[in-house]
Amino acid sequence: MRYVFRIQRFNPETDKAPYYKEYEVELEPTDRVLDGLNQIKWNIDGTLTYRRSCAHGVCGSDAMRINGTNALACKVLVRDVGPKVTIEPILGLPVIRDLVVDMDPFFEQYRSISPFLINDEPPPHGRERLQSIEERERYDDTTKCILCAACTTSCPSFWANENYVGPAAIVNAHRFIFDSRDRGAARRLEVLNSRTGVWRCHTIYNCTVACPREIQVTKAIGEVKQAILYRQST
Amino acid sequence: MTSSRTVYRRGRPILEGLRYRGREGMFAWLLHRATGVGIVLFLLVHIFDIFLIGFGPDVFNKLLFLYKAWWARILEVFLLFGVLFHALNGARIIVQDFWPRLWRYERQLIWAEMAIFIPIFLWGAYVFLQPLFR
Repeated sequence: MRYVFRIQRFNPETDKAPYYKEYEVELEPTDRVLDGLNQIKWNIDGTLTYRRSCAHGVCGSDAMRINGTNALACKVLVRDVGPKVTIEPILGLPVIRDLVVDMDPFFEQYRSISPFLINDEPPPHGRERLQSIEERERYDDTTKCILCAACTTSCPSFWANENYVGPAAIVNAHRFIFDSRDRGAARRLEVLNSRTGVWRCHTIYNCTVACPREIQVTKAIGEVKQAILYRQST
Repeated sequence: MTSSRTVYRRGRPILEGLRYRGREGMFAWLLHRATGVGIVLFLLVHIFDIFLIGFGPDVFNKLLFLYKAWWARILEVFLLFGVLFHALNGARIIVQDFWPRLWRYERQLIWAEMAIFIPIFLWGAYVFLQPLFR
C-alpha cells in the first residue's frame, strides 16, 4: 500500500528554519513507521537524518512526533496512522538536524535527581540487601523507563520552561525514592521540591499517554508530590 | 554533543505545542488556563467598579447601567462558564493529586466533571439570558 510521509526537515548548514517535505513509499500495513523512514533514507533521500538503534522499542532512541503525538517510530504500525503520516521531532529540545534533537538538556535533568542507589551502610551480614516481593513491587513500574524523552517532550510545562525537571527525571527519582534499599530520598526530594521540580506538573496526563513503556507517569509524579508533602508535615 | 553546535531552537515551543494531539487532559488544562486569565481580567474590572463606590452611591449607581446592557448579560454567561469550569476542573485536579491511584480513571473523571458542568452552565445561562427574550 502507498503511504505519504510528510517529514519536518532542517539542515543547520543550509536552512534558517525547518520545512516539510513529502515522500511516497510502498509499505505493508503491518510495517512500522520506522520501516518507512528507513525506506526513504536507503532508497529515496540519503540526507534524511533520524536516530534509531535497536529498532525494537527497547533503546528509546527513535522518539518523535507521529501525527502530532509522541511515540517510538519502531513501535507504531503504519496501518494505525493512516495513509498520510506527519513526522516531526519531539518538542522542547533544540533540533540538531531533521528529526534529531539535542538530548543534553534532558539528560542533565535526569542526572540532577541522582539516578543511582545511594546507601553508605554496609550490607547486612556483608552480603546482599534483600527485598521482599512487596518492597520490590512498590517501584516496579518506574524501573521500565528507557529514557526516550517521549514523556518529557509531551509535557506543556516543559515546553514553557526548559528548566523544569520533567516527567522522565521524576519517574527515575521515583524508582529510587521508593526503593527500600536506598537512603538518598531526602536529597532527591529536595531537588524535586524546588521551583523547577514536581510542582510544575499540572496533572495533564500527556506523559502517561505518550510513554511507550506504558509507565503510569502521572501516578508516579503524584506519589512523589505526596512524599514531599507528607515528609514536610511530619 | 556540545551546546556550541548549530541547532534550531524554536522561539515558543508552547505555541507549537498547541498542535500537539493531547487527549481530554490537555484540553482541560488549556481551558483551565484560558478561563483563569478570563477570571483575572474580570476581577480587574470588578475591582474598578467597586472602587467607584468611594466616590459616592450616585457614581456607582450610574455605572450599573453597564450590567443591565444586553451585551453585559452575554459576558456574564462567559463569566459563568469561566468560573464554573475553573472551579470544577480545579477540584478534579486536587482529587487526582491527592489520590494518584485514580490515574486510571482520568478520562472518566473529566467526563464526570462535564456531567456536572453542562447542566449547571445551561441552567445558569438560561437564567442570565431569559430577560433578553421577554
